[in-house]
Amino acid sequence: MAAPRNNAGDPERPQPRREGGPSGPKKQFFRRRKVCKFCEESIDVIDYKDARLVGGFVSERGKILPRRLTGTCSTHQRSLSLAIKRARNIALLPFSAGI
Amino acid sequence: MRNYEIIFIVRPDVPEEDVDKLIAQMEGVVAGAGGKLEKVEKLGRRRLAYRVHKQREGLYVLFRLQGSGDTVKEFERRLKVIDTVIKYLSVRIDEDLERAEKFKALRSKQESKKRRSKPPAPPAPQPIAEVPQG
Repeated sequence: MAAPRNNAGDPERPQPRREGGPSGPKKQFFRRRKVCKFCEESIDVIDYKDARLVGGFVSERGKILPRRLTGTCSTHQRSLSLAIKRARNIALLPFSAGI
Repeated sequence: MRNYEIIFIVRPDVPEEDVDKLIAQMEGVVAGAGGKLEKVEKLGRRRLAYRVHKQREGLYVLFRLQGSGDTVKEFERRLKVIDTVIKYLSVRIDEDLERAEKFKALRSKQESKKRRSKPPAPPAPQPIAEVPQG
């Protein structure tokens, strides 16, 4: 019933089409370690009035960027989202931006 | 007593004197409603992220005050009446201030601990007297 979720470690079953697939061999990406900007710079309280700081964490469309993209820690993501919502309310950030 | 921060946007076509007059009036409201003013700041003219009352720009004014919920209620009621004010937002900030204070204290404590655990810095290297050669 439950299919093996991961057979990458199984030596008898090599991963099919690993090399030379339609889009070539699997590319190896170098992933930079993401750190929380607010922890790094020890910003305890995120100020919603600082539109330049807070605006860096929204997408082109004005959406709040997820943690997995920005690397913000859980605590700061929560206070960041509150700050973004406040900034939207006082017209410092858009609720939705057209492209 | 709690700390609040009230930010409001004035229409951009209001002359400077009138803005000052408005601020003076709102200061009076704070005093009248049993609040204590901490800071008033004009944040200046900024572009709005979206149109508010057909305006694309606005003058931001920030009030920081101590008071009760009734103070803020009265302040907001007055802002609603004044038609040169197109938008406002009031935020309770005492919890944030406490948080900032706590972290600051924690950090300074850690800092001093680190400094204490570290051996005292060695004295500045003395210029070594040159040994005459030969």
